[in-house]
Amino acid sequence: MANLKSIKKRIVSVKSTRQITKAMKMVSAAKLRRAQDNVVAARPYARKLREVMERLAQSQESDPHPLMVRREISPRALIVLVTSDRGLCGGFNANISKATERFIKEHRDDYSAFTITTIGRKGFDFLKNRQKIEKNYVGVISKPTYQAAALIAQEVIQGFIAEEYDDVFLFYNAFRSVMSQDITCEQLLPISAPESNEEVENGVEYIYEPTKGELLGELLPKSIEVAIFKAMLESVASEHGARMTAMDSASKNATEMIGKLTLIYNRARQAAITTELTEIISGAESING
Amino acid sequence: MAEKLLMDLVTPYRKVLSVEVDEITATGSLGEFGVLPGHAPFLTSLKIGELSYRHGGITDHLALNWGYFEVEDDKVTILVETAELADEIDLVRARAALTRAEEAMRKLLPEDKEFRKYELALERALIRVQVAAKAARK
Repeated sequence: MANLKSIKKRIVSVKSTRQITKAMKMVSAAKLRRAQDNVVAARPYARKLREVMERLAQSQESDPHPLMVRREISPRALIVLVTSDRGLCGGFNANISKATERFIKEHRDDYSAFTITTIGRKGFDFLKNRQKIEKNYVGVISKPTYQAAALIAQEVIQGFIAEEYDDVFLFYNAFRSVMSQDITCEQLLPISAPESNEEVENGVEYIYEPTKGELLGELLPKSIEVAIFKAMLESVASEHGARMTAMDSASKNATEMIGKLTLIYNRARQAAITTELTEIISGAESING
Repeated sequence: MAEKLLMDLVTPYRKVLSVEVDEITATGSLGEFGVLPGHAPFLTSLKIGELSYRHGGITDHLALNWGYFEVEDDKVTILVETAELADEIDLVRARAALTRAEEAMRKLLPEDKEFRKYELALERALIRVQVAAKAARK
């Protein structure tokens, strides 16, 4: 029977899909662990850098560093959006891209223009027809390196210094757990002086070498690099987490579908046998009769 | 007063070291300096250079790239972009990098944009070879 055959074919095809989604889940699980380790390993550096920055900003000299200057007149914004290069990870990329669009809509009155830099292909694909995208970095997100982050940071800083834009925001998926990611928006530039929760040091004078201003001047660009690097790591970990969850539910759905199809297949088979039997019996009866 | 310094060395990729040491020598942006327990609070940036620390009777060496060095309360925090322990350095590779940088520099004029890049590469390679050689001698 043609119908039986086509059902059988469906079952086989769903089974092979399930095999793929299962394999992808395993791969993501392995990658997730690595990505997670990287996030954890990067944390002490970011934290220490922040501590040093706090100490320097605490005793700030009169004129602020160019990267800390807030420009008021008709500000333009740059949005740095971190997504993944590859799909099949549920709502991971769509969610963050939509959040970016929403942000633009909400702040249309505050800024005269928006430009977007995307890291990762998916965000670029999502926004390319709707927004003005200045730059797109593809291929850096699959294996985030500090060098790549530093390069992106330097370009962002250059644009800021050249007054192409006045505020810079960073959008990425922060890793909370395997199941959930937090859509995060951070203001990268201008850098607001970190509020220190430490009480003023009890009269202990620090020795600075070279001067405090010079140190801060070196440190601020570094902090942008680290922020972007951290965002990339978090995003990668989130991506694998999201893909793992998506592939897990895809495998579950496939299993469910196979069950349903098998049931239909067996029913159809039984119906076919029953008709055949009836035909044979009625045929035999007509001979005997 | 504590008699030891607690040294933390971190890079963006990992926490490299967290050890108790007796003495640290590093290359700051204004030159080499040493730190002993009881040092006044101190913050400096580091150049491409060598870091050595003594714990017990042993002295260990590291090759560092750009970074920060902070002392407070006998706690030393070192933030660097890259740090290579002496025995992690591949001496053959470091020597090859050194010759490569030297050759590239010979062809370029100091005005060239590339010159600075190779100058830095040369510096890094030089430090690496130096540090690795010290480790090999032990």
